[in-house]
Amino acid sequence: MKMKFATMAVAAVMAAGPVMADLVFPSLSYRTGPYAASGIPFADGYADYFTLLNERDGGIGGAKIRVPECETGYNTEKGVECYESTKGEGALVYQPLSTGITYQLIPKATADGIPIHSMGYGRTSAANGKVFRDVFNYPANYWDGASGAINYLLDENGGDIKGKKIALVYHNSAYGKEPIRTLEELQKTHGFELTLLPVDHPGQEQKSQWLQIRREKPDYVIMWGWGVMNQVAIQEAVNIRYPMENFIGVWWSGSEADVIPAGAAANGYKALTFHGVGKDYPIYDDIQKYVVDTGKAAGAGDQIGTVQYNRGMYAAMLAAEAAKTAQEIHGTPDIDAKMMRDGMEALEITEAKMAALGLPNFGPEFKVSCEEHGGPGLVGVTQWDAAAGKWNVISDYKPTDRELIGRLVAEDSAAYAAENNIEPGCN
Amino acid sequence: MFYREAGEFRTTYKEDSQTFPIRFDRWRYYFVLFVAICVIPFMVNDYWVNSIFLPFLIYAIAAIGLNILVGYCGQVSLGTGGFMAVGAYACYKLMTAFPDVSMFIHVILAGVITAGVGMLFGLPSLRIKGFYLAVATLAAQFFLVWLFNRVPWFYNYSASGQINAPERDTFGILITGPNTEAWATYLFCLIFTVVSAIIARNLTRGSVGRKWMAIRDMDIAAEIIGVNPLTAKLSAFAISSFFVGISGALFFSVYLGAVEVGEAFGINKSFLVLFMIIIGGLGSIFGSFAGAAFLVLLPVALKVVGVDWLGWPTDIVAHLQLVIVGALIIVFLIAEPHGIAQLWRVTKEKLRLWPFPH
Repeated sequence: MKMKFATMAVAAVMAAGPVMADLVFPSLSYRTGPYAASGIPFADGYADYFTLLNERDGGIGGAKIRVPECETGYNTEKGVECYESTKGEGALVYQPLSTGITYQLIPKATADGIPIHSMGYGRTSAANGKVFRDVFNYPANYWDGASGAINYLLDENGGDIKGKKIALVYHNSAYGKEPIRTLEELQKTHGFELTLLPVDHPGQEQKSQWLQIRREKPDYVIMWGWGVMNQVAIQEAVNIRYPMENFIGVWWSGSEADVIPAGAAANGYKALTFHGVGKDYPIYDDIQKYVVDTGKAAGAGDQIGTVQYNRGMYAAMLAAEAAKTAQEIHGTPDIDAKMMRDGMEALEITEAKMAALGLPNFGPEFKVSCEEHGGPGLVGVTQWDAAAGKWNVISDYKPTDRELIGRLVAEDSAAYAAENNIEPGCN
Repeated sequence: MFYREAGEFRTTYKEDSQTFPIRFDRWRYYFVLFVAICVIPFMVNDYWVNSIFLPFLIYAIAAIGLNILVGYCGQVSLGTGGFMAVGAYACYKLMTAFPDVSMFIHVILAGVITAGVGMLFGLPSLRIKGFYLAVATLAAQFFLVWLFNRVPWFYNYSASGQINAPERDTFGILITGPNTEAWATYLFCLIFTVVSAIIARNLTRGSVGRKWMAIRDMDIAAEIIGVNPLTAKLSAFAISSFFVGISGALFFSVYLGAVEVGEAFGINKSFLVLFMIIIGGLGSIFGSFAGAAFLVLLPVALKVVGVDWLGWPTDIVAHLQLVIVGALIIVFLIAEPHGIAQLWRVTKEKLRLWPFPH
């Protein structure tokens, strides 16, 4: 521990020194509070990937990377403080990992010309790049998640879920409310019955919600939870003996920390995903060699390979690739936030690129454009195997109801544009 | 030596009962005002305003409001967060319904609406006291948050349930929205803070304030000497809620710009403002400022020292902050129940005698 303090102090002193042309990727993390269980692995993955690039490749395109970390505690006030205190350092892109903070930062960052990448969270209609010029949410968004979950249930039931009862257990916040619109629309198309069960922040108290589930016996439960709420919900589901295979969480409700507390009884719980799970990727050899063995792993170093760690790494990978693209477009390793935005908008992820990075088949292939900041929205399903202690992919990445989502995105982004006097366009 | 009454002769009652009777003190007050109005606006940037000045000024108004209720009138309230939410949502509804009206009017009207709601929830105080009243106001806190989450009319039916401040101005200067200038938002909040403090100071030393204090010290005795508990308690609730509502409106529209009621105005906010007046000093306007400054600056200072200078992990610093605030509250409750304001008073007494204490 002492050793680590010393190395961190040295790293901080070096980082604070006048190093020219650093690429700054602030990490608005949360390692404290009721959402820490979800926030720690993501922050570790985000930091470790950049450490790997620094150690192995000497940064991106020859420019060193710096990742100043700022604790938000999933709290919007602290998020604003973190944003203001890091934006002056030349921040290239913000990934706040909080829908509330994302909502807060969208207008601020747009005014400051700093891009936001809310990967799989944030304001879903930011997928419309003509209105949200500086906000990106590729490769998948909440409405893809809602549609993906319903599509999976359709597959399971031979294409017909008419009359089935589906309950949505959601975090009573902007985050949890996001899928409701989509589910209500899908309800009209597919004829299932939707019950809404809000859980208030922080989500430790869910007795009444699960009592209602016990009484109404919905065929399926979908969950939009985060942090401690996930663990409590899964434990409550176990307590009322709800069949785990009918319980599906969004990708934010499907990591090891969420299911392990419920023990063997959590076996069979399902969660959506938009990227690969597990440690069977060549990149982990490099992380072991350059990051873990040299003692530079972020945090306690015990999260490597978990679902949220993978996601943090994926977020960092997409940011690094966008930075590379930006360097190519502008022909300089020393990019700023505006150039970074161009790089993100021209980002193209191919299988060959991912394989070269040591992440074959980790995520979907996609190409970002001004019209489409949202990516392909391919959603897979994973299932928890309690005995083996790992997540298994049980349904491959499949397309969602893009026609419906496109319509909702157009509607919501048009409302935002009207509210804020934005002229939609690509120039 | 220089901080004393000796040599100051007053010939009118007005001079005798002014807020800062000592000349040095008065000049210090004018100097602080001068720096705040004429110097700081030219020096601030986004970071200073959004991380330090705005939260300090806005929390100071909330602390003044709560101090009137708890410190002066003795009615314990845990509903501050809920009343701030009323101010924020009232301001939001007004901003969206009347886009052409100046922000000053919106914020003041938001305060008036909150005053009405506060009076409504103050009614139980006529029958119950102490812990029971605290629980009743706690119910107000949870009810109001639930209401703003539950009824879509309050957030204009937006899909996310959040409220977002649109761009609004006053005298042609943008006050809300992302494209504001740092000095404009700072001055806007500063005006509200200064005026609130002056109003609160003058109310608390006049007959209204004396009635509150009589009720606080012993309500039966106060009733016997002719203080009407109904008007005294309800006026305390109304005026306190007015200030709290203004702070809630500023908190949402100028400072954060987008708010989610459960997260921004939860029970934690009520406790935070309560801690501010406990640490700052119950029954003191200066204490409200001191407490707000302390609890706004402490996390920022700890972060700068711990993370930026010493390079400690962010989670250790965040936990350390909880430990320090908790310890300070215990220390203040035991060692100095009247808070920082009392320390300041003692210092002033010492200064008067300095350097010849005998």
